[in-house]
Amino acid sequence: MLQTNLHEVESAAGLQKLLEENENVMVCCGRMGPMCIPVYEVMEEIEEEYSQVKFAVMAFDHPEAGVIRNAPECRGFMGLPFTMYYKNGKVVKATSSIQNHKQVTTILNEQFAS
Amino acid sequence: MADVYDMMIVGAGAAGLTAGIYSSRAKLKTLILNEGAVGGQMVLTHEIANYPGVESISGYALANIMKKQARDFGCAIKSNIRIVRYALNDAVKEVELEDGRVFRSRAVILAPGGRPRPLGISGEEKFKGKGISYCATCDGDFFTGKELVVVGGGNSALEEAVSLTKYATKVTIVHQFDHFQAFEHAVREARENPKISFIMESELREIKGADNVERVVIEHLPTGDRTEMATDGVFVFIGYLPNTESVKGLVAMNDRGEIVVDGAMRTSVPGIFAAGDGIVKRYRQVTTAVADGTIAALSAAEFLRN
Ligand SMILES: Cc1cc2nc3c(=O)[nH]c(=O)nc-3n(C[C@H](O)[C@H](O)[C@H](O)COP(=O)(O)OP(=O)(O)OC[C@H]3O[C@@H](n4cnc5c(N)ncnc54)[C@H](O)[C@@H]3O)c2cc1C
Repeated sequence: MLQTNLHEVESAAGLQKLLEENENVMVCCGRMGPMCIPVYEVMEEIEEEYSQVKFAVMAFDHPEAGVIRNAPECRGFMGLPFTMYYKNGKVVKATSSIQNHKQVTTILNEQFAS
Repeated sequence: MADVYDMMIVGAGAAGLTAGIYSSRAKLKTLILNEGAVGGQMVLTHEIANYPGVESISGYALANIMKKQARDFGCAIKSNIRIVRYALNDAVKEVELEDGRVFRSRAVILAPGGRPRPLGISGEEKFKGKGISYCATCDGDFFTGKELVVVGGGNSALEEAVSLTKYATKVTIVHQFDHFQAFEHAVREARENPKISFIMESELREIKGADNVERVVIEHLPTGDRTEMATDGVFVFIGYLPNTESVKGLVAMNDRGEIVVDGAMRTSVPGIFAAGDGIVKRYRQVTTAVADGTIAALSAAEFLRN
């Protein structure tokens, strides 16, 4: 379990359900480490403002997180966290390693403009 | 319309949060403005084992306790903001955020801390998360069975190089000088590790690859000779820079960009105090940041009373 205030996905089926129920989804798959915590914090900070986006986290070491770890969009990724942006169930963007407030919101504004 | 506070604190690391605890506990209306994640460098630290009174704690947990303490005393904290304008010379100080919000107070504590120094070479940004890393504990396991370059020659570089040999088959340390700036035991441990080799008096000039890091260009400084070396990743540990660019010219600094303070943490401008890793000092630790933050808040409170 990750200690964040964000919705935590705990299985591949849970992720699938989230994608079916929400048009725009951002999932940060990481650990409680220095590269991941700042991204969770950005997500917590902007969750209210970006009400059209469902924000979630997933523990990188959870066996079911293979659905993100092994996603084709993450091939070559070598830095935590792996952050996925989905629109209508499809990956529209994926990033590796720490991202700041501006980098995250730039992607959200490009992909999920309301 | 500006929001008015008694005290504004720039930065929510150990120094800023401590200043926030003392200031709000003294019943001063206090606001902390923080550019990144609350906790600053503490959240970069997996384990803090030298904070007195706490045997061992993760930096994230310690930062969260400090944040809660500050909030419980009534301190307002705004994180992930960016200050675009400072007006610090008049009796009432003013800052403006990127989104146009303006805040005023009669005293300000600058606690902007520091950040890892980047290499600043071609390929660094492109390959971040694709072979370039600044955190061995975070990303080491992606390099299992691979070959790595570690850049740096201080304690962090040597200790992290040793820890990366748990995963990598070979670690090459590239360092700009002919000797290390590290404790003897750290140097010995690295030298005795059969997986570690050294390229001294050299610097990385470029990082190359298609999608991921594949090669680095290394310059031997005395001769200027450049060679290419195949590698799967580069870990960078070349020290820290003070986050003081945004207040450059507003308060006195030394030539490294560290804010000059006196024993009461006063800067060159009346009503402006500074604390933590961003000031001129020898030892940068959580304990020293906390001490600076305490002194800065108490001095600022006294300034406000007078
Ligand atoms: C990997 C690592 C391990 C460490 N291990 C230990 C240890 O075991 N024990 C120990 O005692 N110390 C350790 N340290 C050192 C310790 O973490 C620091 O000395 C201390 O946290 C510094 O606190 P600070 O508040 O001065 O600065 P920081 O922690 O750097 O916090 C400054 C804050 O200010 C924000 N900021 C910067 N500029 C602005 C701006 N213009 N506007 C608004 N906000 C701004 C930053 O985003 C940051 O949140 C370690 C450091 C690192 C990097």
